[in-house]
Amino acid sequence: MEMSGGSRLDPYVDRYAARTHGMTTSEIRALFAVANRPEIIGMGGGSPCVSALPLDVIAEMTSKLISEMGDKALQYMGGQGDDRLRELICGVMALEGIVASPDDVVVTVGSQQALDVVSRIFLDPGDVVIAEAPSYVGALGTFTQYQADVMHVTMDDAGLVPEALREAIARVAKEGRRAKFLYTVPNYHNPAGITLVEERRDEILAICAEAGLLVLEDNPYGLLGFDGPPLPALRSRVSEGVIYLGSFSKTFAAGVRVGWVLAPPGVKEKIVMASEATTLCPVALSQYVVAEFLAHHPWQEQVKVFRELYRARRDACLESLAASFPAGSSWTHPTGGFYVWVTLPNGVDAKAMLPRAIQGRVAYVPGVGFYADGQGKRNLRLAYSLPEPDRIREGVRRLAAVLADELEIVATFGNGQTGSSA
Amino acid sequence: MSDLGHVLVLAGGVSFEREVSLSSGRRVADALTSLGVEVELVDVDAHLLPRLMNDPPAAVFVAVHGIEGEDGALRDALDLSGVPYVGATGSAARLAFDKAVAKAVVARAGLRTPASVALQHAAFRDLGGAVLLDRVVERLGLPLVVKPAHGGSALGVSVVRDVKDLPQAMVVCYSYDSVALLERHVSGTELAISVIDDGAGPIALPAVEIEALSGTFDYAARYTAGMTEYHVPARLDEALAKAAADVAVTAHRALGLRDLSRTDVIVTADGDIEYLETNVSPGMTATSLLPLAAASVGLDLGTLCRDLLQQAAVRGRSTPGAPA
Repeated sequence: MEMSGGSRLDPYVDRYAARTHGMTTSEIRALFAVANRPEIIGMGGGSPCVSALPLDVIAEMTSKLISEMGDKALQYMGGQGDDRLRELICGVMALEGIVASPDDVVVTVGSQQALDVVSRIFLDPGDVVIAEAPSYVGALGTFTQYQADVMHVTMDDAGLVPEALREAIARVAKEGRRAKFLYTVPNYHNPAGITLVEERRDEILAICAEAGLLVLEDNPYGLLGFDGPPLPALRSRVSEGVIYLGSFSKTFAAGVRVGWVLAPPGVKEKIVMASEATTLCPVALSQYVVAEFLAHHPWQEQVKVFRELYRARRDACLESLAASFPAGSSWTHPTGGFYVWVTLPNGVDAKAMLPRAIQGRVAYVPGVGFYADGQGKRNLRLAYSLPEPDRIREGVRRLAAVLADELEIVATFGNGQTGSSA
Repeated sequence: MSDLGHVLVLAGGVSFEREVSLSSGRRVADALTSLGVEVELVDVDAHLLPRLMNDPPAAVFVAVHGIEGEDGALRDALDLSGVPYVGATGSAARLAFDKAVAKAVVARAGLRTPASVALQHAAFRDLGGAVLLDRVVERLGLPLVVKPAHGGSALGVSVVRDVKDLPQAMVVCYSYDSVALLERHVSGTELAISVIDDGAGPIALPAVEIEALSGTFDYAARYTAGMTEYHVPARLDEALAKAAADVAVTAHRALGLRDLSRTDVIVTADGDIEYLETNVSPGMTATSLLPLAAASVGLDLGTLCRDLLQQAAVRGRSTPGAPA
């Protein structure tokens, strides 16, 4: 196999679409491959604690489904998803104040597919998406693949800052560009762990309506609040201008890959067609399993079980951070969901520190991945959803030790200069 | 069917090169399976040693990269378990895996290697980071390559062209390893030369010339097909190709290695061959260099691995801790 002309080991390299240009492997991917090992306390991925589900009940239910309804559950179905499930989904959304018709609901393969189809029907290369700073890494990846540019808007402890949103919209307009939508995770934000307060919700909607900006409301964690009933969703306040994404990944099981999108009728039609082009139809068996669970099992009791479990884990995480993290670090105090967003002392780069953390047998996600513009060096996301409280305490303790070592290194080199001759 | 008997391919582990290693291991296992060898791909964890004791394989192929596969400990553990394996002994692997030690060893054997200094973080902390870095820059000049003294796949490696980027490169490097190797950057043609010893003495396979299209052969360039152009054999004249092959064989011998290795060198514009490092567990992935070199001379990967396993099985176990 002489290759005197050289080979790039991929005979198709000159044929890929422009949107693949950023698709390379990375050191971070290599590090995460190690992070899945049991020796390492994984506080990186936002995996739900599915072991808290009544697995025997689900096994029996699924078996019965296949034996009694296998001709449907193992068959193709309509691209919009199962009628009964779409009705039940409307019942789920009603818990957050949304009044919706099953006709406007499209079932998707997780809400990640909903993000993909919404991006596909709205985004042209060079369009702008406005998103919180930081923002969900999976959404940023989707927007990037559609060659859109993300403009971040500041959050504070009360969520997205309305004035910053106004400024971003004005900046986009001044540049002669077009923002297609605001992407927002209003409840128990991933990764920031922040919730958009009630007082700001109408204002954010009004700003977007005035600017003709669609709102893409991504709400996988809304029912997982620790303090009282859920806040009414953005979509519950208006019937137009909001595309709502929901998911059973966090309230039931991530592995069934069932999410949904609620959209105005015209948008919905395009979503169905775009979705059919990807998957023909959402997974029938998964939809039947979810529908059975919603219809015949006390699923809201199960959500309560999850809430209490995650509350205990959040408490373990926050207590351990307070007990062991050094001065100069800070973190958010989530009132629901899966994540704590940590800001490290000045000079520490969370991505550079990750190999040390893996060697210290603890893993997190560095903050830079949650920004499209290189911010977030001092940040990291801790997910407390999967490890048990004792493991979380140990994980945070390990991370504090890693951070102490890193601070020593940064103290040696961190001034960015090389002394006398610099 | 092969008469080799049951063999294991070890891959994975907890090193930073776990993903690469799993990919290498699968490729080796598939290649062996296609020849009818009874092979099993096994991760390196607490189940390994009991497994080896209860059901000893005829031989083991170590496709574990990074600290677990190459620092010698796993190989010593295999020796302690009485299991023969392909590749360097623990003590030889230890020499090669420490880039600073390996450079000193091959320099004594007459090879050229870029000027460098290996420093623990404690040296910077105790003597003053900025002052010591100044001395390094004065002595070695810029650009400078900062790399973990132990490790592979270019993880934690930075090429520093501007002195203001040096502190961050040090921070990144020390996150991977407690010892940093600061090496004078040498420009030229980058070559990887694989060495195979099937019992008749080490011979070099054709050098693979690496042309990273981004300019830097970093992790992404190594493992994303399409980002690097490889030339096999390298575009060198015959004399230079022979000299490069000699360097790899000399390094293999000087470090006391067995069976297989891969040595990375730079050929400068003046025709000097500068030694960089030697890998005792070379990558075997679809974008790795040893399989590419083997294919260029019609050497089937499965046949190569099977023959080396056969050789290991006949050789039997080594004495743990024996000098390289």
